[in-house]
Amino acid sequence: MSGDRMFDDPMPDDPMEVPRATNGRAPDVFREGGWVPMREHSENEAVDFAIVGTGAGGGTLACKLAEAGFSVVAFDAGPYWRPLEDFASDETEQRKLFWTEDRLCDGDDPLKLGDNNSGRSVGGSTVHYAMVSLRFRPEWFQSRSKLGYGADWPIDWREMWRYYQEVERTLQISGPLSYPWGPKRPRYPRRPHELNAAALVLAKGAEALGIDWAPTPIATLSSPHGKAPPCVYRGFCTSGCSTNAKQSVLNTWLPRALAAGAEIRDLAMVGRIETDRAGLVTGVHYHRDGQWRFQRARNVVVAGYAIETPRLLLNSATDRFPDGLANSSGLVGSNLMVQLNQAVWGSMAEEVRSYKAPPSLALTEHWNYADDGKDFFGGYCYMSQGPLPIVWARTLAGSRGLWGEALMRQMERYNHQVGLKMVGECLPQERNRVTLADETDRYGLPVARVTYSYCDNDKRMMRHALGFMGQALEAAGATDLWEERDDTCHLNGTARMGSDPATSVVDADCRSWDIPNLWICDGSVFPTVGGVNPSLTIQAIACRTADRIQALAGRGAL
Amino acid sequence: MPDETMPDNTSGRYPGYDVLAKRNGPSWNDKTRAVIDRRLAIDPEDHRIFDDAAWRTLKAVCDRIVPQPPKRAAPIPVAALLDRRLQEDRRDGHRDVRLPPIAEAWRRGLAALDAECRRAHDRPFHDLGPDQQDALLRAMQEGRLDDPAWEGMPSRLFFASRLLPDILEAYYSHPTAWNEIGFGGPASPRGYVRMGFDRRDPWEASEAKPGREDVAWEENRRVR
Repeated sequence: MSGDRMFDDPMPDDPMEVPRATNGRAPDVFREGGWVPMREHSENEAVDFAIVGTGAGGGTLACKLAEAGFSVVAFDAGPYWRPLEDFASDETEQRKLFWTEDRLCDGDDPLKLGDNNSGRSVGGSTVHYAMVSLRFRPEWFQSRSKLGYGADWPIDWREMWRYYQEVERTLQISGPLSYPWGPKRPRYPRRPHELNAAALVLAKGAEALGIDWAPTPIATLSSPHGKAPPCVYRGFCTSGCSTNAKQSVLNTWLPRALAAGAEIRDLAMVGRIETDRAGLVTGVHYHRDGQWRFQRARNVVVAGYAIETPRLLLNSATDRFPDGLANSSGLVGSNLMVQLNQAVWGSMAEEVRSYKAPPSLALTEHWNYADDGKDFFGGYCYMSQGPLPIVWARTLAGSRGLWGEALMRQMERYNHQVGLKMVGECLPQERNRVTLADETDRYGLPVARVTYSYCDNDKRMMRHALGFMGQALEAAGATDLWEERDDTCHLNGTARMGSDPATSVVDADCRSWDIPNLWICDGSVFPTVGGVNPSLTIQAIACRTADRIQALAGRGAL
Repeated sequence: MPDETMPDNTSGRYPGYDVLAKRNGPSWNDKTRAVIDRRLAIDPEDHRIFDDAAWRTLKAVCDRIVPQPPKRAAPIPVAALLDRRLQEDRRDGHRDVRLPPIAEAWRRGLAALDAECRRAHDRPFHDLGPDQQDALLRAMQEGRLDDPAWEGMPSRLFFASRLLPDILEAYYSHPTAWNEIGFGGPASPRGYVRMGFDRRDPWEASEAKPGREDVAWEENRRVR
């Protein structure tokens, strides 16, 4: 053991310091110390697709494009983990999964980034996501036309329904036999998990108030699948799954991508996209192993999520594109949308021990589908919760201003606490945006400045949700209720898709309007966010984009 | 190794529960053992980021934010855990534009707190009594401190975004704190089996219900 090792000695194989995916092999995520073969591509020969980011957007697309026969190199700034050997059951250690470098936050409601919205790993944020896998309400794809707010997507919901099913099958989602909301959908591939006490509290509250609830459709296995075992309910899901029960991009799409001939470069930070005199992209400059390198590519896909994607586009400005790439609309970076993540917490007489099992095993989408009696646009769901001690202490202290003996007394009730937490739809606003700051990072690249302010609609939704969740918690028997009012989750927008080049950055195929061989494929393209976690929709969009690229290539329109 | 850090947990809500008793069992994997061993090996007086004056102030602040039982043989080295975090430059991923980077914010915040003390009481923070210390921390929490030593950093923001969350993160990263609140601690590969209300796996902490403290003690001593 390494108990006597100095803290700053590099590990013999430290995936945070030395790239692993090299010399024709990549880590086998299913075996300690294991490897799988990986095809390598020359930097000097243009690959069909250089993909920046390997999360829900980029990782999924890398797999689908490689399987379609394209040559693909996918870059990620983060390490290539083997969960079985690299992941501890420890909140502090596992912060290594988050994007923890400084980003500057301002606005009326400065965001907190990192823990629940921004990853830095091969596999992206899905390595630490809570695995909640929900489809959009169909009307959200036309929220402007049908519901009177936001912006329409240029994609029909029925088409998305097919891609949702493809992703649900790939991730082997466990969920209920029949889902209470929305159009009919096939049964989920795996049976739902047993509910923990925290989820039973949500069910009790919903039943008392006369609304539907359901076991959450969730991307952790309820029975063995391939090389992955079923979930053992260890509860560290948002700190990374050390058993591989979690179905993340790291252990689903990427092994397939490698098998199909894609190359993945870990610890490879892309700093700039190169363009030529014709106004086309020619490849990416990236930093790996201590030096800047260049990969030639016929197409570049940016998939860095809603902060790094606009940052890279803005950092790639040239004389010809002085405001950054793909930015003739001026919208790159704007319409950043988080989701409301407010909660109501209370105490049960019974022991709840919500640290056991995935944190959000039950949910209600009632207020995503019911429109009566709302004084706001958009919808929200809410879910049961299972905060680990550090997150819990910071929530309790931050929301209630507690410290000292008062805090320690409340912390002693940890095993009795219970909460309901929303994922709520923020409206797109142009003033909420990502720009470049004067400060630079360790590569000398300007860091992102992230400006965020809630609008009145956001605040009305928050009030509605806090009031309703409070009633539900009380009806379930919780006492000593209090509200957590300042949390947000997820990141979307900043490169929205649309039907009009003047009001959007990419078209329905995620192809930029300005540069035909530059694509954006991640949560950045969302025109609206809906009231559900975005990972399933990002993966569905990536699957659709791959199909569209194949179709375009087939008729010579790439 | 666990012996050196055996908590004084004979009373409290989870009497006799020691999460480290599971260290060599199926709830801990090798990576977890390595990580926790390193954390437990930190010298409580080791400080490389904070100078001696800031160190004394920091330790006094920690004692007020996360007070520990006086009889605890091996108190959680909260200040040293924070110093270690700064040595390793582990950041949050976000920074309010009104705050400088983490290490500078701490340096400036502690210096400002001392300056406020000397102005109000003519003594450094660590020399004050608990009530006076609490009053100053409350004034910081409410944004009422504005000595020039803050150099424009809002005291309320420093308290809410740095001082409180960073100290709590350090404290609750320690197994002794997990014992105190009955957290199961590391849980891979074994995980848990019993999910419902009032259900406890034999490897979880047993809560001392009134009149059955001895039962909890017995159950907690069997945790492996």
